[in-house]
Amino acid sequence: MASALINVPAKAKRGEIIEIKTLMSHIMETGYRHTATGEVIPRDIITSFTCRFNGKEIFRADLFPAISANPFFTFFTTATESGKFEFEWIGDKGFSETASASIAVE
Amino acid sequence: MGIRHRMNRREFLGAGAAAAAGLAFPLPAFAQAAARVVVVGGGFGGASCARALKQIDPKLQVTLVEPNRTFVACPFSNNVIAGLRSIEEQQFGYDKIAASGVTVVAQAATAIDGAARTVGLADGTRLSYDRLVLAPGIDLRFDALQGYDEAAAAKMPHAWKAGEQTVLLHKQLEAMDDGGLVVIAAPANPYRCPPGPYERACLIAHYLKTKKPRSKLLILDAKDTFSKQRLFQNAWKELYPGMIEWISLSQGGKVNAVDAATNTLITDFGNHTAKVANVIPPQRAGRIAGLAGAADNTGWCAIDPVTFESKSAPNIHVIGDACIAGGMPKSAFSANSQAKNCASAVATLLAGGTPGTPKLINTCYSLAAPGYGISVAGVYAPKNGLLADVEGAGGVSPADVPREFRAREAEYADAWFKTITAEVFG
Repeated sequence: MASALINVPAKAKRGEIIEIKTLMSHIMETGYRHTATGEVIPRDIITSFTCRFNGKEIFRADLFPAISANPFFTFFTTATESGKFEFEWIGDKGFSETASASIAVE
Repeated sequence: MGIRHRMNRREFLGAGAAAAAGLAFPLPAFAQAAARVVVVGGGFGGASCARALKQIDPKLQVTLVEPNRTFVACPFSNNVIAGLRSIEEQQFGYDKIAASGVTVVAQAATAIDGAARTVGLADGTRLSYDRLVLAPGIDLRFDALQGYDEAAAAKMPHAWKAGEQTVLLHKQLEAMDDGGLVVIAAPANPYRCPPGPYERACLIAHYLKTKKPRSKLLILDAKDTFSKQRLFQNAWKELYPGMIEWISLSQGGKVNAVDAATNTLITDFGNHTAKVANVIPPQRAGRIAGLAGAADNTGWCAIDPVTFESKSAPNIHVIGDACIAGGMPKSAFSANSQAKNCASAVATLLAGGTPGTPKLINTCYSLAAPGYGISVAGVYAPKNGLLADVEGAGGVSPADVPREFRAREAEYADAWFKTITAEVFG
């Protein structure tokens, strides 16, 4: 039961640098651990995170087993026009989650 | 049977060699005069240690340095916040400790010279020591949360050092209208009293349920798991349904900043404006530990688990909340247990001996409501340079038991407080 948290300013001035924060709840099981009986616990991680603004990719990250549980990303972008940010997390075992937020640029 | 042992030639020679070896290593000079031990900090750790030192070796010159003439105990102070207990019941003096032969100096320690083995006091005097025990407890990190400084703490109390702050939080709850939102910000590990924020949530909820039933309590947490979690969460459901909400780290619960002017707590994903805000900030070892060179870059003090001697400052031992005690939580019981073992190690070292390997105990009781107690207990021993949990020892209260069981644990909690305060201050 994954859940996304996102923080995008509701409005900004044109040309303003804005901070975007995201957190996806995920166990990020490395695939390197074993059970008490010696079996490998299968890898279960998020492998990619993408942010698009009005359909165009503006930020992307590939994730690996060393990334902690519940990956938290914060990054900056320039507010150019009003529109919609779309966020996508993809991972093992068919994991796929999306979230979106709109911004009004004056 | 009946044959008397005669010393043969080989044994005789061996005994002579041992005697000669003894002469080659004369005892240290301070073994002739009474050795001096200075203990800084008069809380559960320091006060216990000073007393234990005197009990173990009455000849030791033991000085306890503590600026406050009255000690205010943290355990049970959540009851004061909830109006279930008076602050006076938390207060203890140092008269009995002085009567037991410990020299009590009501001054703050402001400097430590490890090379000269002296402690500088606020009034300018210096105390010399052969071994020093630091039990400075915690300092609140007023640099950790943006906007949360000492001035903000007068508006949004931490109440994490018992005393005025405890009373302030209680008064704010009393002054709040029914229907108000109370917010507790809980820090990441490590910090003083791991179950404390959750016991506090319970007892504040008890107060609200009794006096202001339309109110709500929100816990913003910088962690995803906490001490006695299942027992607390069961108690919240059972005793305070719909009243307590817990937002964990992965749900965006970590408070990064506060705005004291508006009583607002700021996380990465939202703002929460409280009627009463209890901000428990991150902590570090008391300042004097840093000045002594005993604190590392975590802010806490790495120690040898057998002697509690600092890993970075020789002849200085650190006990209680300030030390990195491995699996042991920062609690009054832990501090007391460490104090006794440290006193024994210090006395042994001063007598030129080798301290034995200790076993330590901790028990933490929490109240989910009056007459509803839960506990966690553990046994610890040195392992790989740290104090590690002894597996299979200790544990937490069972989950599904009748209320009489919880009532008995509440009685044990009460008895524990009376016992430890009588032992340390009585």
